[in-house]
Amino acid sequence: MQKLSFREKLKDTAVGVGDSLKGSAFWSSIFRPGSPFRKGYTDSPRNRSYVVMNNVLYHLHPVKVKRHGVRLSYTLCLGGLSFFLFIVLTITGIWLMFYFRPTGELAYVDIQALQTSVAFGSLVRNMHRWGAHLMVLVVFLHMSRVFYHGAYKAPREFNWVIGVILLFLTLFLSFTGYLLPWDQLAIWAVTVGGNMAGYTPVFGAQLKFILFAGLEATAATLLRFYVLHVLFFPFIIVIFMAIHFWRVRKDGGISGPL
Amino acid sequence: MVDIPEHLLLRSAEARAKALGISVEQALAEMKGETEPTVVSKEPEIEEAPAAEVKEEAPAAEVKEEAPAAEVKAPAKKVDSPEEVDFAPEVKVTQRLLTVVKAKPIQKSVSVPVDKVNTWPHLMLPEFIALMAMTAFLILISAILQAPLLEEANPNITPNPAKAPWYFLGLQEALSYWDPQIAGVMIPLVVGMIGFMAIPYVDRNPDNNPSKRKYAILMYTFFLAGAGTLTVIGVLFRGPGWNWTYPWIDGIWFDDLLDWVNFLGDGH
Ligand code: HEM
Repeated sequence: MQKLSFREKLKDTAVGVGDSLKGSAFWSSIFRPGSPFRKGYTDSPRNRSYVVMNNVLYHLHPVKVKRHGVRLSYTLCLGGLSFFLFIVLTITGIWLMFYFRPTGELAYVDIQALQTSVAFGSLVRNMHRWGAHLMVLVVFLHMSRVFYHGAYKAPREFNWVIGVILLFLTLFLSFTGYLLPWDQLAIWAVTVGGNMAGYTPVFGAQLKFILFAGLEATAATLLRFYVLHVLFFPFIIVIFMAIHFWRVRKDGGISGPL
Repeated sequence: MVDIPEHLLLRSAEARAKALGISVEQALAEMKGETEPTVVSKEPEIEEAPAAEVKEEAPAAEVKEEAPAAEVKAPAKKVDSPEEVDFAPEVKVTQRLLTVVKAKPIQKSVSVPVDKVNTWPHLMLPEFIALMAMTAFLILISAILQAPLLEEANPNITPNPAKAPWYFLGLQEALSYWDPQIAGVMIPLVVGMIGFMAIPYVDRNPDNNPSKRKYAILMYTFFLAGAGTLTVIGVLFRGPGWNWTYPWIDGIWFDDLLDWVNFLGDGH
């Protein structure tokens, strides 16, 4: 009888465990028929449909899409990347919240401590910040791609309107986050921005007062921006994104070809 | 057999009784199989439904298209030679053909087949790759470039220049030219929000081929160039007192980009 080496035995065991795990009722209760992770998945047209149909992603994607729509050069994946950046920002943002207290005394100190004494603190803060800048840029590019394709034309007019709302929400999210590190850059950038809002005709002063929670950027503004940044705007933007994605499908999928 | 609830049975018995002109009790009994069902022996009024009439009632155009007249005539001919009809020849005709309604949808649907591919893997795989590439890129720049953190906020020390975030800097630049009420609010609010939302309703040109919408493309490109130029000026070419500076001579007065600047060369 051929003697198996330790490595081979280990490999056999691993494969055996893997097979019985994949064959278990538990495993198949997680991965529905058609999932590539399910035992006995084969690449067939039927299974390709099931991958989408029996998956939570069916909420986002139809089973089939127009051929030209999957060419990377058509959408440049910009809408998808906007959404994905939002998710990255949510994850890193929640992580940052563990280390941040939005008060005049603590905010700045917390950011300093985050950078110096929290594992990966600096990296995650950088990701959140550069990611936010990137999102503004990518959303803007997405809008431009939609415009140049004339993809806002009937029946997609209203999805463009929702898109503009999303653009402004993205800007508000970025702007409210800008104040949170509570350094000289933050407070003065927000002061400049808030003063612009103060020039609104008729109710400019009131608008500025509401925005700043006072006459100028103070610790009260910090708390206000914090709540807007971590709760209010994310909540609103998720609702509009849901409508936006739903409309993309209801308006007949991606526009074009040109 | 499933028991039919009494009230449902009663309801259909009533309907049957009304239709056949018998009493409800009898209808009920018939339905339960207790008595022989009443046979309706109503004479079909028009046994000799003439094929010609059918032809007349159907719109001429459709008759031509589908040639239903020929089909209708055919069985009529067959009746003439009874030996050919070897199935249920005695059946009484209880209905007649009034017209042939062509099967077509009420709404006009586009019947051009669309060239489609499976979302998995043709869309989801590229998406996944884009997602991974983006994450890698973000982690990379985050590892190289440090986000700025200046001195603690101090309302009494105004930096010179005080600049808004970059996406508002085009606006801040515009603010320095025009009356603040125009530049600060009318432009972003009216042009930005309302104006942009109105685009699909103003541009009624149904074409999406670039060669047929040159004007729209020109306008948007003009907007992009204008906003881009103002932003670049605001970020790179404005120094203390909002005076014009050259980034290669005076350095870059934009602290948000401090680390980018230091990474590329040296800041001011
Ligand atoms: C948070 C911001 C946004 C997200 C996450 C987002 C996401 C998406 C996604 C995933 C698509 C599918 C096609 C593609 O990837 O290009 C899409 C399509 C579309 N988006 Fe957005 N979008 C955002 C902002 C905007 C903005 C600012 C506009 C315009 C003002 C806009 C207008 C549209 C339109 C009209 C379509 C349909 C395009 C077509 O059918 O070709 N969206 N969006």
